[in-house]
Amino acid sequence: MFEYATVADLLNLAEKYNTSLAQIVLRREAEEYEMEEQQVIEKMRQRLRICADSIKEGLYDDRLSVSGMVGRDAVKIENMEPLLLGNIAHRALLYALAVSEGNAKMHKIVACPTAGSCGIVPAAVFAAGEAKGASKEKYCNAFFTAAGIGNIIAKNACVAGAVGGCQAECGTAAAMAAAAVVDILDGTNVQAAQAATLALKNTLGLVCDPVAELVEVPCVKRNGFYAVHALTAAEMAMAGVKSFIPPDEVIAAMYEIGRMIPVALRETSEGGLAKTPTARGMQNKLQKRQNR
Amino acid sequence: MGVFDIIGPVMIGPSSSHTAGAARIGLLSRYILKEEPVKADITFYGSFAKTYCGHGTDKAVIAGLLGCGADDPAIRNAYELAAEKKLTIKIRTSDEDVQHPNTVKINLFGIDGKTMEIVGVSLGGGKVSIRKINGFMADISGETYTLLTVYNDQSGVVPLVSSFLSKNDINISQMRVFRKGKHQQAVMIIDTDSRVPDAVVEEINALKIMKSVIAIDPLR
Repeated sequence: MFEYATVADLLNLAEKYNTSLAQIVLRREAEEYEMEEQQVIEKMRQRLRICADSIKEGLYDDRLSVSGMVGRDAVKIENMEPLLLGNIAHRALLYALAVSEGNAKMHKIVACPTAGSCGIVPAAVFAAGEAKGASKEKYCNAFFTAAGIGNIIAKNACVAGAVGGCQAECGTAAAMAAAAVVDILDGTNVQAAQAATLALKNTLGLVCDPVAELVEVPCVKRNGFYAVHALTAAEMAMAGVKSFIPPDEVIAAMYEIGRMIPVALRETSEGGLAKTPTARGMQNKLQKRQNR
Repeated sequence: MGVFDIIGPVMIGPSSSHTAGAARIGLLSRYILKEEPVKADITFYGSFAKTYCGHGTDKAVIAGLLGCGADDPAIRNAYELAAEKKLTIKIRTSDEDVQHPNTVKINLFGIDGKTMEIVGVSLGGGKVSIRKINGFMADISGETYTLLTVYNDQSGVVPLVSSFLSKNDINISQMRVFRKGKHQQAVMIIDTDSRVPDAVVEEINALKIMKSVIAIDPLR
């Protein structure tokens, strides 16, 4: 039995079977859905291909979204040599913007864990993987590790902005991405779990206040920020930095905070950025255009 | 919950509730109509009414009605596709108070004259539920094979219908019964592990007490 409910369970199982987190996640999936492991791997490879395509398509498309609020920032990043960021972080920022802008422009994406946060995991994993010359198998394992972390957060907290604010969406995505990047770097299971924890811990309290109720502002640029955030967490974990608060306690805290965030800041667009004069002006403009 | 609920679903952006869910409601409505639709009057409520343009909710519903899944890039060109397939579309918004913020009502007209009024809600993460069909309460998720039967409320209908299923070795996973009132019209919704063959649907439909029987396939 490979069932796990917590990060502690996942780490214990991996230790018991002397294997990686990714292997436990894969075996549990095969067991639960009565599939061959190879079938599960093939399905994950398909998802990886769609993620890779969503990066390419996002980079290629320089149109604005229907609202006109987002759509051309990936191009700006691509056209400039990095001034401050290293190459991997610069690529991660670029890819995350490309995927998230593509999402706003009705491209095909893999929700990861949600559509609003779909840029973070592919961006961080592909930016790190390309730089390290990762094999297909390695990408696949990294995504299984990410899925394991995501499943645990979904089970013990939540991954919907309407339930727990943006910390539940972009926070979870960053945690998943950080663990996956540690996998790409051949880090240990504990380091992967720590990277996820450090990433999630430092998104706590993040609210969901989208302008005009659209998945655009602040979502698109936030995907760029949190892809780099995930790399920072992975870098810390690889250096041996540990979260003082253990993984499962941080996840529980995220959920508790999520339930305390006022409803106005949980995807209802009734507070925060969504209530600023500029946002209200935009909303009125879009409403008029739609009614025409 | 599995790995591919987290690394997924694969969908056309931007929103799992307002785009992917909307496409699934459209497609499920097509499965329920069981005819090529020629006309669709679509009414959006709540958040759908406020934001359908920016989320492409209209395009998603239309593409679904034309047979597209939530991951089909054809959603982007749904209006052109509708013109090509001779489906007439009318979009309306309503500020009427509804229970769920992401609600759509679709009045569908089929090529052979069948009409249906379908109310669907998008529950988040791409999950949906058809809540009303022709004024009847329903609860259809599109995640399993579903048999929808409409009849006059009386005792013995549940074992009668289920006997046809057990005779054909079809396992029932869930069952829900709604009625307008005692001895009035009733709806029984049966989720099954396998497809109910057309011949069995015909057999149940031939029962005197039955008004209609519809077998609905799960969404892709």
